[in-house]
Amino acid sequence: MTKKIVVETTINGEPTEFLCEPRQSLLECLRDVLELTGSKEGCLTGDCGACTVIVDGRAACSCLIMGPEAQGKNIQTVEGLATGSTLHVLQQQYLEHASLQCGICTPGFLMSSKALLDRNPHPTEAEIRYALAGNLCRCTGYDKIVRAVMDAAKSAGAKMGTGATTRGPSPKEMTEQFVKEGK
Amino acid sequence: MHAINYEAPKTVDEAVKLLAAHGEKARPLCGGTDLIIQMRAGVRRPEYVVDVKNIAEMRRISFDLQHGLRLGAAAPAIEIHENADMRKYYPGLTEAAHLIGSLQIQSRASVGGNVCNGSPAADTTPALIAVGAKCRVVGAKGERLVPVEEFCTGPGATVLRPGELLVEFQIPSPARHSSDAYLRFIPRNEMDIAVVGVGAALTLDLDDERCVEARIGLGAVGPTPIFAKDASQALVGKKLDNAAIERAAQSAVAASSPIDDMRGTAEYRRHVVGVLTRRVLAKAAERARMSDQSR
Amino acid sequence: MAASTNGFKVIGTRPVRHDGVDKVTGRAKYGADYAFPGMLHGKVLRSPHAHAIIKSIKTDKASALPGVKAVITAEDWPVLSDKVEQGGEGPVNLAHLSLNLLARDKVLYDGHAVAAVAATSPHIADEALRLIEVDYEILPPVMTVEAAMKPGATIVLPNLRNKEEGPDKQTNIAAHIQFKRGDIEAAFKSADYVVEREFKTAMVHQGYIEPHNAVGIYNADGHGTIYCSTQGTFAVRGLTSALLGMPEGNIKVVPAEIGGGFGGKLTVYLEPLALLLSKKTGRPVKMVMTRGEVLRATGPTSGSTIRCKLGATKDGKLVAAHIWMGYEAGAFPGSPVGAGAMTIVAPYDIPNLLIDAYDVIVNRPKTAAYRAPGASNAAMASETIVDELAEKCGIDPCEFRIMNGAKEGTAQTAGPPYKRIGFLETVEAIKNSPHYKSKLEGPYRGRGVASGFWFNVGLQSSAVVNVHTDGTASLVIGSVDVGGTRAAQAMIVAEVLGIDVNDVRPLVADTDSIGHTDVTGGSRTAVTTGLAVFQASQDVVRQLKERAAKVWEKKPEEVTFENGVLGAKGEGIKPMTVKEIAGRLARTGGPVTGRATVNARSVGPSFASTCVDLEVDPDTGKVQILRATIAQDAGKAIHPSYVEGQMQGGTAQGIGWALNEEYFYDDKGTLRNTGLLDYRMPTCLDVPLIETVIVEVPAPGHPIGSRGVGEVSIVPPLAAVANAIYHATGVRMTELPMSPPRLLKAMLKKRGAAESQAAAAGR
Repeated sequence: MTKKIVVETTINGEPTEFLCEPRQSLLECLRDVLELTGSKEGCLTGDCGACTVIVDGRAACSCLIMGPEAQGKNIQTVEGLATGSTLHVLQQQYLEHASLQCGICTPGFLMSSKALLDRNPHPTEAEIRYALAGNLCRCTGYDKIVRAVMDAAKSAGAKMGTGATTRGPSPKEMTEQFVKEGK
Repeated sequence: MHAINYEAPKTVDEAVKLLAAHGEKARPLCGGTDLIIQMRAGVRRPEYVVDVKNIAEMRRISFDLQHGLRLGAAAPAIEIHENADMRKYYPGLTEAAHLIGSLQIQSRASVGGNVCNGSPAADTTPALIAVGAKCRVVGAKGERLVPVEEFCTGPGATVLRPGELLVEFQIPSPARHSSDAYLRFIPRNEMDIAVVGVGAALTLDLDDERCVEARIGLGAVGPTPIFAKDASQALVGKKLDNAAIERAAQSAVAASSPIDDMRGTAEYRRHVVGVLTRRVLAKAAERARMSDQSR
Repeated sequence: MAASTNGFKVIGTRPVRHDGVDKVTGRAKYGADYAFPGMLHGKVLRSPHAHAIIKSIKTDKASALPGVKAVITAEDWPVLSDKVEQGGEGPVNLAHLSLNLLARDKVLYDGHAVAAVAATSPHIADEALRLIEVDYEILPPVMTVEAAMKPGATIVLPNLRNKEEGPDKQTNIAAHIQFKRGDIEAAFKSADYVVEREFKTAMVHQGYIEPHNAVGIYNADGHGTIYCSTQGTFAVRGLTSALLGMPEGNIKVVPAEIGGGFGGKLTVYLEPLALLLSKKTGRPVKMVMTRGEVLRATGPTSGSTIRCKLGATKDGKLVAAHIWMGYEAGAFPGSPVGAGAMTIVAPYDIPNLLIDAYDVIVNRPKTAAYRAPGASNAAMASETIVDELAEKCGIDPCEFRIMNGAKEGTAQTAGPPYKRIGFLETVEAIKNSPHYKSKLEGPYRGRGVASGFWFNVGLQSSAVVNVHTDGTASLVIGSVDVGGTRAAQAMIVAEVLGIDVNDVRPLVADTDSIGHTDVTGGSRTAVTTGLAVFQASQDVVRQLKERAAKVWEKKPEEVTFENGVLGAKGEGIKPMTVKEIAGRLARTGGPVTGRATVNARSVGPSFASTCVDLEVDPDTGKVQILRATIAQDAGKAIHPSYVEGQMQGGTAQGIGWALNEEYFYDDKGTLRNTGLLDYRMPTCLDVPLIETVIVEVPAPGHPIGSRGVGEVSIVPPLAAVANAIYHATGVRMTELPMSPPRLLKAMLKKRGAAESQAAAAGR
């Protein structure tokens, strides 16, 4: 075991210092050292995206970044997506659309979705699918995830509340809309 | 993972000193999208991991029409894709970088890392071969320029000696009416390693539609990426019609020596080399016709 | 599309799930998220050989590594006899389970566990594994059904016997199951068209994104707690107690949130190891599998060989089925070939059939359930032949299915005749869908249709509903929530009690806090746990009526309850809402808790039909899915969004199974694709939006009419894709997956044959 080193980063807007062995990945540092367990481990080879975080504005697999490489970086994780108790529009849309079943891939998808909308606020369905191609979901078949991102893009900028009751189109309205569109 | 020491030099000199000091026990770390996986699997166990991402010289992408392109080995694929000059003057190489993996991978993975990993299936190498890239290698004893088609010597092996670092790629400026393209075959639509990759760069004489220069690079169909010299030469001086393209495609197939593995059979790969060569030549030709690099 | 609410107020609506906010903020705790003071990390050493004798295991170097606190092998736990115990969805042979978790004497597949260590960091544990020295004597591996069944084949399990071959014959055949009725010889003679083909399907994995995990905490008083992501806490408890020789009541299993299961997390792999390591070290031990371990050493589903022969009259009536099925069980008996045999022609009324099904041992991991286990392989065979017969008869594939479709009273392959079922309705739904009605144009484009069947099991569930003084309620259940079922359960409480769904707090409890509840699997959760929840809610209503009666000095029979309001006839009697009576519970007798337990028989099966449009690249054999629609009979969808989710998820898994997923073993029996790079599951870019039609033919005997919805969606897509490929290219594929190299080879062969035919004709 080599000596641990101190890494200085900004995580979810907060200056954060942590201690790690060089062989610990950023994912391990987030989960095991900083107790931010929102980012998940699915494959450790960058093939599933469950560990996706945003580093200096770009989506990246935290399993393929070593702890020391985080020095000086600006990192966003799912824990920092909401503003206080107000959910981000993406979180709200994922809930409204029932875009999660087991939910293990959801943090990774949320971060990839955010990275996409931060750069391209009005993506087409194809652009959304391309941007999310690095995130695997085995439960949903991706349908409701893509719809959620499309709707989040439409209502971007609108902050949603934490209540389980809805803002924007209600489930009933969305249902009727879907029926109309023949989906 | 085994215990590692992490270093983050700020200059090429510093990096080379570290690599020279530790020799076989050190390995440069760039995007990490190959090395970290290998370390976890126990396939590579370097004691010293030398992070080269903080070396400005290795990250820069600088192009001008006179001198061509100096592409830092550590520039992440996504920055290549976002660079307007890259998209305009080297669309094939840009495509290849853009195909390295998901957006998460592209934000980290570098062309240098892709090439130094020495995989015969690397996406960027055939495209680099096509544009005639040279690898600038720096060591304690000096520098050398290695044509990219000679860089990889076998699966996972390169010409790099212990203590040497691939710093940048030097790529000539595209001539008038030339362009490049890269296509690969994968079974899904993303996230797969190339089953076959073909890169081509063409320079056309628009007056008589003859091909002035051609270079074809093949990936994933041999123990190393391949410069399909005969296929390339077969096009020079010829009109770029279907017959010429077909001959080049057959020649490219003959140049390849694929194996059966879990990504495809040899038979399948040979067939797809032909298919992709035809398609990529058509694409490169179309781009070459439309390009007009004013001088 | 959306199910109507049909007189229900809550059931059929789409509230946001109660655990949703935790899951989108990263607060929800999955098994690998748990950490405890002093916790150690465990890792498993696995065999690199498919078949070998273990001559010795030396662990002293590993034990000596600083940071290592314990090393265990099979010597550290009891030898179990061939006792059979109730496991997840059925009987489990404990000796086999024990050997699967830690090999004794022999390793039987690449990845078979041989030893485990606990250390102060996962990295040290990994390094310790490298120091364990195992001396193997390699034996030839048996990797396929054909190789295993050949006379003179290498025997994998020396003590395995089957009834047919007798007590003295060593064999790799664990079981032979047969179903027979009518006279197939005569029936085939009477058929105008007979199609017979042999199919081969590759071993595939459930592909849940979350690897297996467990934290074991053993206490000095002999009690233990396990935190894990599992589909069945009581199964984990029962199996762990048997494997370790601990009293069942001494083990508490706490369900973490689970990141996908699909049947693969109905059994145990790490839980008993973690608890044993905790016992040896006196500290909590956490174990998490890597993806490579998941693929190598958990339970994929069987690869199979199926010879299927169906006969039909020229009017389109199916008359006979003769089927041979061999499924890979893996290293221990237990493939789903029986279920495959029972489902293969389940959607049809076929009077004459003979089905022989074989459970075959091979040097591959022990298979586990994968969503409608056994049925998808089977449907690949039968549904493509049905398509072929329909074409020969000149009948539209939907019409053909309607003509032959099973309905109430049709005989099942095994068991009593069907009660009310919705198969025909799913076919009609496809036939009338905008998708099916649309024109598909363009070269190398094709449309395929297929149907599927799956049972829904009943089994045991418990539920408790506590009424709080503010009129809200908490619901305690034992059913792990894999895909949104706790919301559905809460909706049932809200429906029965007439309160807002957000005033119900569902809680998935540990094995001490709720009565026995069988696994979340077998498409049983919304239905059977739902039944217990329904009854527990009714129990609450009964008690609330008694309390109101006390308040009003009436008899309970005189109290009415409607839409959350209690009332009674009489002077000065003001109706009370649940909220109002809740405030008066203390003074009318104390807290109100409703409870119910059920041991349900199955409510009846579900059917699905799927339509797929696709395009093939004729030069590379690559398939792009253009459009997909699935119609599934849900009986009554409690939460339509999550029912749609099950339908879409199964469809995507089926597409992956059809096109690109397969286990690659080399000739040494080593698994080559141990990661998600080369075990190719569909990405977001590989599937289109998936259209859903929820058909509702209520299940008889269930108060809400719900049927299980979790599994059947994965059954039709393999054949639907194969049929679409046929209509796009003229090629009938009989091997899965239909990956580009295979499809191209078949297309070139067909082109070559066509060209030589044309050339010959031209002479």
